[in-house]
Amino acid sequence: MRFAVSMLSVLGVASIIGTVLKQNEPYENYIIKFGQFWFEAFEMLGLYDVYHALWFLLILLFLVISTSLCIYRNTPLMLKEWKTFKEQATEKSLRAFSHQASYATQGASEQAQTKLTDYLTGQSFRYQLKPQANGDVLIAAKAGTHQRLGYIFTHAAIVIICFGGILDGNLPFKVQEMLGNKKIEVLDIPESQVPEISRLNIDNPSFRANMTLPEGMSDDVAFVRVRDGYLVQELPFRVALKDFRIEHYATGQPKSFESDLIITDPDLDKPLEKTISVNHPLIYKGIAIYQSDFQDGGSTLKFKVWDLTSKEMLNGEIDGVVAKKGTLGPPDQTLTVEFNEFRKFNIMNLSADGKGKPRNVGPNTTYKLRDKSGQAREYVSYMQPLQLDGKAYFVSGMRETVQEDFRYLRVPADDDLSIEGFMRLRNVLTNPDKQGEIAKRLSQNSNTTDANLRSQFELSVMRLLATFAEGGFTQLSQVIEKAVPEAERQKAADTYFKLLNASAFEAYNMVLAEQKKPEMALNPKSVSYLQDALNAMNDLFYYGTPYYFQLEDFEHKEASGLQLTKSPGQKWVYLGSALLVLGIFAMFYIRERRIWLLLKANTQEVLFAMSSNRKNLDFDQEFERTKQQLAQVLSV
Amino acid sequence: MNTQTYDFKPKSIWQTLRVQDWLYAVALMAGAFFAFSQYSEYMDAYELGFLFSAAITFSYLGWRWKGLAKLVVGVAVLSLFAINLYHGDQARAGQVFFLKYLISSQSAVMWMNVLFIFAMLTYWFAMFKRSDFAGRVASALTWSAVLFGFVGLMVRWYESYLIAPEVGHIPISNLYEVFILFCLITALLYLHYEDKFNTKQLGGFVLLIINAGVGFILWYKFDRGADAIQPLVPALQSYWMKIHVPANFIGYGAFSLAAMVASAYLLAKKGILATRLPSLDVLDDVMYKSIAVGFAFFTIATILGAMWAAEAWGGYWSWDPKETWALIVWLNYAAWLHLRMVKGLRGPVLAWWALVGLIVTTFAFLGVNMFLSGLHSYGEL
Repeated sequence: MRFAVSMLSVLGVASIIGTVLKQNEPYENYIIKFGQFWFEAFEMLGLYDVYHALWFLLILLFLVISTSLCIYRNTPLMLKEWKTFKEQATEKSLRAFSHQASYATQGASEQAQTKLTDYLTGQSFRYQLKPQANGDVLIAAKAGTHQRLGYIFTHAAIVIICFGGILDGNLPFKVQEMLGNKKIEVLDIPESQVPEISRLNIDNPSFRANMTLPEGMSDDVAFVRVRDGYLVQELPFRVALKDFRIEHYATGQPKSFESDLIITDPDLDKPLEKTISVNHPLIYKGIAIYQSDFQDGGSTLKFKVWDLTSKEMLNGEIDGVVAKKGTLGPPDQTLTVEFNEFRKFNIMNLSADGKGKPRNVGPNTTYKLRDKSGQAREYVSYMQPLQLDGKAYFVSGMRETVQEDFRYLRVPADDDLSIEGFMRLRNVLTNPDKQGEIAKRLSQNSNTTDANLRSQFELSVMRLLATFAEGGFTQLSQVIEKAVPEAERQKAADTYFKLLNASAFEAYNMVLAEQKKPEMALNPKSVSYLQDALNAMNDLFYYGTPYYFQLEDFEHKEASGLQLTKSPGQKWVYLGSALLVLGIFAMFYIRERRIWLLLKANTQEVLFAMSSNRKNLDFDQEFERTKQQLAQVLSV
Repeated sequence: MNTQTYDFKPKSIWQTLRVQDWLYAVALMAGAFFAFSQYSEYMDAYELGFLFSAAITFSYLGWRWKGLAKLVVGVAVLSLFAINLYHGDQARAGQVFFLKYLISSQSAVMWMNVLFIFAMLTYWFAMFKRSDFAGRVASALTWSAVLFGFVGLMVRWYESYLIAPEVGHIPISNLYEVFILFCLITALLYLHYEDKFNTKQLGGFVLLIINAGVGFILWYKFDRGADAIQPLVPALQSYWMKIHVPANFIGYGAFSLAAMVASAYLLAKKGILATRLPSLDVLDDVMYKSIAVGFAFFTIATILGAMWAAEAWGGYWSWDPKETWALIVWLNYAAWLHLRMVKGLRGPVLAWWALVGLIVTTFAFLGVNMFLSGLHSYGEL
């Protein structure tokens, strides 16, 4: 008993570990999180997959054994209690009961006996008569003894559920692995090259495997993830994905995920076509196929790429396929572009206070730029401009490691909702060949006519622009710190800032003039555009790459994530569950009560005793009621 | 004279029924048939099963507990009245007087919140003044809160269909909605024991946890705007939700009730409020009964959850944090019941344990959503 309760506690505590420590993550994540030493310690304890660790299975096994022993020991007793009327009770023992009373009777004892048995029957008690050697008659009655079955049901249920769970667990594989017959594969190699030792054949009685099928493809194997590797599970049929669909609500949230599957099998006359969706799996040959998730199945992407180091406004194009790689840049500094992800829908809440409605902001894509030494930065880029604080920005994020959050670059969109305006502006503003003209334009606007002053002014504007082009605001503030005494720095900064804004204005007008567009009006909107543009130019210094990618076009191709399971234990688990519920209700809501009525032959006395295997308020009340009712029954 | 002996025979439920009980059941069945005739083409076989089972279950429960029957009738009348006022236009929630101030889903829920707060204050007042009258008022306030809460949920259910037919769903799908459900079920369980044991002095204690729920609802609504009706993610679009979630909340509600009774028990044991509270035996008994109900329903809920998981996630048990914590809660109360039923343990130890049980339960209910991630991430904070 004490053992059982401690067993329950140990199981509870062990289970907590697995919820606190995220299970089955890629092992690199754990190494980063805990460091090499603790990573290895935790791995040895099996903490990354607690629920399949040997020690956890042992706890479960102990629970099953202890429960089984409990059943073995107590069931005969329970069955005896269930059947018996306890008609062997003696007068002496009855008089010792805590719940007992005695009545005086008149008239024939047979009459009293009939009245009492009628009463008991009326109260749904079953009884047996037992004449005593001394002429007394004992009526032994019972009700609610089915409660005893509750004990057997609940405890048997635990064993049956655990048995079902073991059937569906990976115990057979664990044994095979320990014997050296099976081994997980940890290398990312084509399925056909996975050796026999890491394959599970179609006779495997239970598994839970995953399969990712791009549209238009088919496969007859699935993958079982084990720790940091996998096993290949062969299937007795071939699954093809005809089409995968995501439907959306008007708000943009996903409404349904559906896969049109075709099963081909020599045992089938014609292929089996079936659409599955979340909550609606397909079961074929004892294997259930579930809609589990979805991912990109190799979408093709078309980017426009700007080389920000180039004096010319150099842009080119690069095409990519998700999960594939491309290259970029001159031969000596080639960058590898890894196209990692493409998402067609992104539901985001962009309202300033976070209280607005989330909406779809359009596609985004994630890619990595890896240099020759293997260093990589990860970028995320949104195809359409996002509305932030009422203004449109092209947003892209950069991070150096997976643990970091993305840091975002916001490039303001021009009046055509294009990034072109910004790129042209940046090109003019940072181009030494154009800075002279900007300075000239600025000095023309000033009141001075003195040619000397003017050329000095122009020179300082050009220096300012060159400094900004070289290192943004940081560089500027360094220059100020060096050249200006502390008291006047703020003033100098303000002046530079104004000049920079004015230069941006002129530069933008030069851009517009080049394109034969009307001049920019000086209003709060254009001021804020230029301000945002300068900020973006500054932030580009921290962007980590001279290449700016803008997604121009895509062709979406999806892959459906299927889960395939075979679980012969499921029916056992359900059987156990049904027993468990029956048992619990029997234990709580059937109350076992026993009544003994001893009719004394000589003394005209009836002795009444009552017991229950659970002493509680209900029983006390029932005893009081029965006591009174019996008095009335016997008095008439 | 002999006939008297048979008077003690307990009457079967059929013998106790009066005309109004029959009318009540007939009305419920008629309602179910009406829904069947109007909407059966949109329901699957399981949902049709639930529809008629609900009519039968609530008939039976209403027969056994007259207070509940009155509540069901009240909820039906007010909800139908509200639905009638909408004319199929969601915007009328803010235009029509009765909807705007009384029985649109948001207003009804607000009334529930307010009434629960008043009920709690009145219960405490009644206890300190030893006033029967105030106790009855507190009881009536709690009943009214429950009435408005259920009307709020019913109307919300209807409103969800007004947004778009495809969005419509039973309002037990996110944290905001289930918190309302939690308050209502806990209150109903309490009212049942109050009727049965006449324990109005416990009301103040139980309403504490309910009002903690109310506080959460208010914060969640005003700070997070969580009261907006959201469409269902694909995983939740299943008939299982209609039974899994309510069963779970009967469990949570009963465990919370038990913990509150346990706190009253511990105070009384120390002599605090001892003369005002029910006897220790009654407190102990209510605590046990409440945990028994909770355990039974929590077991059912977990099993239903496993069956649903088998259909939606591809396995009846995935050791998802929510599942695991459900198991921990279950193990906790299984141990509690073992000690009580087999060892015959009574007294402060079990009361303390029931309180600790509430912490474990709260973590399973809320903490998992806040701190752990997993498949069950519908109610993220």
